[in-house]
Amino acid sequence: MSAGVTLFLRTMMGRAYPRIVGSVRQTSGFFWETVLPILSVTAFVFVYRALNAPEAYIGFVIIGGAMTAFWANMLWSMAAQLYWDKEAGNLALYILAPGPLMAILLGMAVGGMLWTLTRAVVIFIAGVLLFGVQFSSANLGLLALTFLLTMAALYGLGMLFASLFLMFGREAWHLTNLFQEPVYLLSGFYFPVKALGPWLAAAASLIPLTLGLDAMRQLLFPAHPLYGFLSVPVELGVLTLLAAVFILGARLALDRMEMRARQEGRLTESRS
Amino acid sequence: MTLWRTAWRSFRVAAWLGWQVESNWTDPFLFFIYSVLNPIASVLILVVMVWIISQSDTADPLFVYIYVGNAFYIYVGSVITGVSWAVIDDREHYGTLKYIYRAPIPFIMYLLGRGVARLITGTLAVIITLGFGIVALRLPLRFEQMDIPLLLVSLALGLTGLAFIGLFLGGATMLMVRHAWHVGEAVAGALYLFTGAVFPLSVLPPLLRPIGFALPMTYWLELIRRALLGRGAAAFPTLAGYSNGQLVGLLAGLTLLYGVGALLFFRWAENRARERGLLDQETHY
Repeated sequence: MSAGVTLFLRTMMGRAYPRIVGSVRQTSGFFWETVLPILSVTAFVFVYRALNAPEAYIGFVIIGGAMTAFWANMLWSMAAQLYWDKEAGNLALYILAPGPLMAILLGMAVGGMLWTLTRAVVIFIAGVLLFGVQFSSANLGLLALTFLLTMAALYGLGMLFASLFLMFGREAWHLTNLFQEPVYLLSGFYFPVKALGPWLAAAASLIPLTLGLDAMRQLLFPAHPLYGFLSVPVELGVLTLLAAVFILGARLALDRMEMRARQEGRLTESRS
Repeated sequence: MTLWRTAWRSFRVAAWLGWQVESNWTDPFLFFIYSVLNPIASVLILVVMVWIISQSDTADPLFVYIYVGNAFYIYVGSVITGVSWAVIDDREHYGTLKYIYRAPIPFIMYLLGRGVARLITGTLAVIITLGFGIVALRLPLRFEQMDIPLLLVSLALGLTGLAFIGLFLGGATMLMVRHAWHVGEAVAGALYLFTGAVFPLSVLPPLLRPIGFALPMTYWLELIRRALLGRGAAAFPTLAGYSNGQLVGLLAGLTLLYGVGALLFFRWAENRARERGLLDQETHY
């Protein structure tokens, strides 16, 4: 293994470590990270129950609810974390260290995965046990590929966001806040994105979870193909493209923003 | 008298400080946009869900009832998050919690004051959401059908109850590390299930219904709907048998109960945080 790859992996693990240890240290986080989100998702399930919606919608909500964990992890534990680290004085230390910034960002994401995966899996299991949602297991390979491509594109986007936070102050924090409910709406976390109409759904496809969710729903509920926005192969193609563009873009943007932040003296700036 | 004056001054200054922290990072217009987009989007999620299933006319009386409940639910997230977030923000972000705690001010009044900024932005979001409903969805909300005194009494009681829940969470937050930053929103999201904001409590399994009846928000939302939509409006059957007076009484009683509970819990959490040295805890992971 080359020295560069070793450094990347060690940096990633080094940043992930405190987050994993920190998560395990306070187990009450399990309640906040899993039980409460389940109740929140359950509320949407009961909305559909109250509306006498087809049972497929219950499954759609469960999948969407599980995937909110990844969006939140990317947004708060990776993208916005750089802002928080800047305010706390850690960012300058990251820049001083020999490890690449992308590895540090990936380490944040990996470190946050403990709760993220737990939350997603628990919501998924709760959907099966509490609401009797039945998922098709006919396309597990394709499903795994869809999930991985979605994650690659999603965390690429997260790194791109993080590059902005090298420059911005509190406005970046508020921008992150803004990417919650509007994204849940546009990406169709709780309903098929097709319902938004072709133009809005196409625009929302820039958010990786839009097509990722749509493809996963088509694969897990093949009996309801009419709810899909695009065909699964097309969605996988777009996700691959998004992943490549976001990761490459993040690499360029991080380098560029880091240089600008150095030149303008913003790495240690705290505009509290 | 001096105690009250100090409490009021602490509350007022904390409210001003909270407003500066929330708003002075940008110009007022951008701040306004940022403040209202999130809650409006959350309401629109429900609108789309209802629309794709029922394809119903938005003037459908039951849709109006659901929309109003959902719009006012914005307050739940805003108020309880405002109070609890102040703990994390001051402790981990600005590192000032230890100084404020040591200052000769009632700490509880300070935290409640810090929540006022979110109350203001929440109010803007509720007004915009209702305005959007009237203009874009043509909801039949008319001034002449409203019961303004009932609305004001309900708002005052309901918001007080929410502030107490926020105080309870503020106490809990003092015992938690930073990764519980979203505790207010998580609780608001979870309580959405029990309050009958968007579906009748009768839809819930019988085991879960008592939780809904034990929450002040359940009665508060019903009162708000009655105050805005007038008598005879379509409604969930859950609380149909109660008069306005009975609902106000229940809301007032529960608010008092939650207030006492929140104060006791907060005092306990505060002592525990001091014992464990958590008041100046900073967790950067």
